[in-house]
Amino acid sequence: MISFINILIYSLFILSISRMSATRSAYKGNIFAIVGMGIALILGLINLKSEYQIYATMSILLGGVLGIIGSQKTSMSQLPQMVALLNGFGGLASGLIGISETITELQPNILQLFIIFTGCITFSGSVAGFFKLSGILKINDYETLRSTSTILLILNIIGVFYAYNGDIEYIIGFAILSSLLGFCFILPIGGADMPIIISILNGLSGWCTTLVGFSIQNSLLIIIGTLIGASGCILTYIMTKAMNRHLLKVIFSSINKHNEISYLHNKQDIHTGTAQDAAFLMENAHKVIIVPGFGMAASGAQYELANMAKLLIQKYKVDVKFGIHPVAGRMPGHMNVLLAEADIPSELIYSINEINSEFKTTDIAYIIGANDTTNPLAKTQKDSTIYQMPILEVEQAKRILFVKRSLAPGYAGLDNPLFYDEKTLMLLGDGKEITKEIVTNLENDSN
Amino acid sequence: MEFYLIDILILSCFIGYFAIWNVTPMLHSPLMSVTNAISGIVILGALQSINFSNNIVTTILLLISIFFSSINIFGGFHVSAKMLKMFKNKDKTND
Repeated sequence: MISFINILIYSLFILSISRMSATRSAYKGNIFAIVGMGIALILGLINLKSEYQIYATMSILLGGVLGIIGSQKTSMSQLPQMVALLNGFGGLASGLIGISETITELQPNILQLFIIFTGCITFSGSVAGFFKLSGILKINDYETLRSTSTILLILNIIGVFYAYNGDIEYIIGFAILSSLLGFCFILPIGGADMPIIISILNGLSGWCTTLVGFSIQNSLLIIIGTLIGASGCILTYIMTKAMNRHLLKVIFSSINKHNEISYLHNKQDIHTGTAQDAAFLMENAHKVIIVPGFGMAASGAQYELANMAKLLIQKYKVDVKFGIHPVAGRMPGHMNVLLAEADIPSELIYSINEINSEFKTTDIAYIIGANDTTNPLAKTQKDSTIYQMPILEVEQAKRILFVKRSLAPGYAGLDNPLFYDEKTLMLLGDGKEITKEIVTNLENDSN
Repeated sequence: MEFYLIDILILSCFIGYFAIWNVTPMLHSPLMSVTNAISGIVILGALQSINFSNNIVTTILLLISIFFSSINIFGGFHVSAKMLKMFKNKDKTND
């Protein structure tokens, strides 16, 4: 009976993921997964000894309420932090199972120690990612953190032998060491590489589940854990490909090697404009490509952007398209979610490969909150950190409207030659305010 | 370790590989949060181990583990539902 229910549960999960091949069916896919999880929870509670049932139910309810409150409060631009934190909790849960398994048995086996290690690393790494993404922690001293994590790694390897004795204090010490290692390891990784890190941690939380499955000989956990692990690996692959970065380079090289930013040009070369100029240019254009980046999401400009696109299309008959870089947000597919939030139709949204050939015939590229993903230095400057990263080739457009809060460099700490280009008009200020002004101008102007 | 578990692992790798590549890049964020939520299935591991727990320390550790995985489960599913609803609504208006 139980094995039959197991078949039902993992089939539901696999079906739920395959439903995500289209936006139309994806919502139902989520419901499939919820049903599967519901069955699993009920099954787990029924098989529990009656004296534990009440406590377990209480923990589930408490966790459930906290989880729902937490996710309710998360806005779509805070999504990456939330996902990172939840990943961490998954890792922590596996780590705790590993610890309790080693305590129950006299002599821990290597598998259990490995569960503790990966679980704790996933947990603390995700917490570090959460801090980085929400901007609570700003790191300057990369080198110290690197050397600390090397020392911690060595201590960890020594710790394995002590923990193998099975004394509880050594096992706890080993868990703490592993947690510290994960924290110090993730912290110095560059902010621009965050989508990669989140994908890795996502995969790791799955592999933790697989390991627990091996430890307690539960095939359901192995199947599901591997599914998640595969998802994490593939997303990591897609992200590293989109940034043209080698995975090892992401992990082992800190991105801000030189904190000094070399400005390429004089600031006087910059042409600034107003929202009125921008509105005038856009209403007389035939084709406009909007390139949003994370800055757009941070200022919450997606609704104004949707209004602008709508006005341009309906009132001025302009051909409007959105060009999205795979790493435009802070996690894979983040920008699609943000644009969907503002009800921007998916037919207007194009990926980097589809849109790059179109910039040549484009009158205006409207860049808002994106910097590194449009930076032509990626093609020319060999020593830059973004060298050879595929970029949106906005420099081919006839005119560029660059909305930016200030002339400060982007996440990768690089100057952008586009600022000084003759055809660029810089619109300095808050992305939301400027887009709003443009919308007002577009509304008032007669056709 | 029983050997058939390795077979299951390898077969799941293949299923995972094909299932995930099939997902449209537009939905990669929801995919992440759904997989995140279902990684909370590790709660079954905690529920299974608690039956064999013979002292108070392990019981408490496992209860904490249950607590954290249920945050993961409920939070993950709720966030995914929130996201996927937006994609769903958008498709409706286009029809």
